[in-house]
Amino acid sequence: MHFLKLVLRNALRHRLRTALTVLGLVVAFLSFGLLQTIVAAWYHGAEAAAPNRLITRNAVSLTIPLPLHYREKVRAVDGVKAVAVANWFAGVYQDPKNFFPQFAVEPVPYFSMYPEYRVPEEAFRAFLRDRKGAIVGRKLADTYGFKVGDAVPLKGTIFPGNWEFVVRGIYDAGEAKTDTSLFFFHWDYLNETMKQRQPLRANQVGIFVVEVSDVERAAAVSQEIDKQFKNSIAETLTETEQAFQIGFVKQTEAIVIAIRVVSFVVIFIILAVMANTMAMTARERFREYATLKALGFAPRYVAALIFGESLAITAVGCAIGIGLTFPVGGWFASQMGTLFPVFEVSENTVALQIACAVAVGAIAAALPARRAARVRIAEGLRAIG
Amino acid sequence: MRDQRIVEIRNLSKSYQRGGQIVPVLSDITLDIASGEFVALMGPSGSGKSTLLNLIAGIDKPDGGMLRVAGIDIAELSESELADWRAEHVGFIFQFYNLMPVLTAFENVELPLLLTRLTSGERKSHVETALAMVSLSDRMEHYPSELSGGQQQRVAIARAIITDPTILVADEPTGDLDRASAEDILNLMDRLNAELGKTIIMVTHDPNAARRARSLRHLEKGVLTADRS
Ligand SMILES: Nc1ncnc2c1ncn2[C@@H]1O[C@H](COP(=O)(O)OP(=O)(O)O)[C@@H](O)[C@H]1O
Ligand SMILES: [Mg+2]
Repeated sequence: MHFLKLVLRNALRHRLRTALTVLGLVVAFLSFGLLQTIVAAWYHGAEAAAPNRLITRNAVSLTIPLPLHYREKVRAVDGVKAVAVANWFAGVYQDPKNFFPQFAVEPVPYFSMYPEYRVPEEAFRAFLRDRKGAIVGRKLADTYGFKVGDAVPLKGTIFPGNWEFVVRGIYDAGEAKTDTSLFFFHWDYLNETMKQRQPLRANQVGIFVVEVSDVERAAAVSQEIDKQFKNSIAETLTETEQAFQIGFVKQTEAIVIAIRVVSFVVIFIILAVMANTMAMTARERFREYATLKALGFAPRYVAALIFGESLAITAVGCAIGIGLTFPVGGWFASQMGTLFPVFEVSENTVALQIACAVAVGAIAAALPARRAARVRIAEGLRAIG
Repeated sequence: MRDQRIVEIRNLSKSYQRGGQIVPVLSDITLDIASGEFVALMGPSGSGKSTLLNLIAGIDKPDGGMLRVAGIDIAELSESELADWRAEHVGFIFQFYNLMPVLTAFENVELPLLLTRLTSGERKSHVETALAMVSLSDRMEHYPSELSGGQQQRVAIARAIITDPTILVADEPTGDLDRASAEDILNLMDRLNAELGKTIIMVTHDPNAARRARSLRHLEKGVLTADRS
């Protein structure tokens, strides 16, 4: 009781100094939370992956396609339940900065493998009837105002020319981590058009999405698929969807690592600020600490006063910082549109913020607390405070 | 009780190290103080008065000689034993009061009692008695910054006597006060000694203050010289 009273009153002694320190802490922990959330959003695709889905791609590079006729051989492998072809389209909607992923897929097998993309039955039938039809995610539709019946023109990059699509349905998220920023259309439409425009590039597949009947056998099925195409002109690499997504993210990992480093640099800077504040504070109170020790209080009581004050200040700064991470993160997500399909402050991020706050509070207090605890009473009493 | 020696000092020496050089501060001090005495230690600035007082109060350690207070060789105690010993046996009165600025008069006086087993109710009645003794019952909720120097020193005296210590040590208790407040403080110390039988050791270079003590020791360049009883 008395201890807490002393800690809190000490913390409020220099209101301006404490307020500025808390402000710094708030900014630091808010920035840290946002940067960590960006990192998490980056890896989000891997987290949303299902264990029963495999991706078969060209072993040399993701950018080199596979022949369409592989599909039958893949389907024939024991343990394979379904196969769907898919191509990354990379079209531009109006302006290159309007980025959202587009996939040409085989509708029936693909959507049955991804039950988390919830498409109303009626809309799905309309989509199947229209070869230029498209299914778009809720977040994507909200961002660009797409409605069922709208025409969406895309300018091809990998597949040159202008492409016209009509929105036939909007899918919703089946789970919290489901990405609803995607755009799907008929792989047949892509392929037929390519037959006319560039016949040599027809019948080529970016990836095969494979559903296995038994998750336990996923690894064996992967090996078996790749074995089919050993020593052929286009060898395959089959991995779980999660491994595939991680590999995809790895291409941009340098940026993620940089963001991560920056987030910890921010914490390090606030640690330096906090340590300076605590050192200054403790130095001013040396006489008081010496007096307490003269009265018989143990050195660890004096040290605890400094630790308590440091932790109390960081706790307040961190709590406000965490509290602000949610609304600011929400605003940030709305500004980023579909760049980050899922931008949510996770429990992990909050736990990391708290852990950093405890570390900052404790480390900042360590040196001043040690010095105050060890101050020789006779000398501390001489100090003019 | 009166003749019992509460402080026994034999051939005590103390030196400080300053810039690689050893500076002797006290040499061969031998001194006895009986229970119930009120001793003034006088001497010019830098003669080692505070150093000697700090040794007696157990907040500094001698280099050599014997230092027995209340029957205990305090030079032999460990840091934490010494802290407990101080809490039980010594009441401190400082030149600059050394009150906690964030605590009220009441809370400052209560501070030493937090190291005892008293309940909060017992602590409250002790503190009220002590503050009444220094005539500050009406200032209990005031912070040090709201009190005059003389009042702050009276709070400090209440804090010093709250645990009923064996000795009271006062280092220039009137050094920062105007004449009238200084008189108040000296009257108070006089009463503590005369009425409550407190043993008081007071360092001062003010002859007015020294005159109020019942005995006087002179310290000159670290050596005890004449004394008057
Ligand atoms: N911690 C210390 N380190 C070095 N020298 C000290 C220390 N404390 C006191 N001294 C020196 O010891 C001498 C006596 O000091 P002190 O006991 O404070 O004298 P007084 O109280 O009589 O004025 C002085 O010369 C002082 O500078
Ligand atoms: Mg002195």
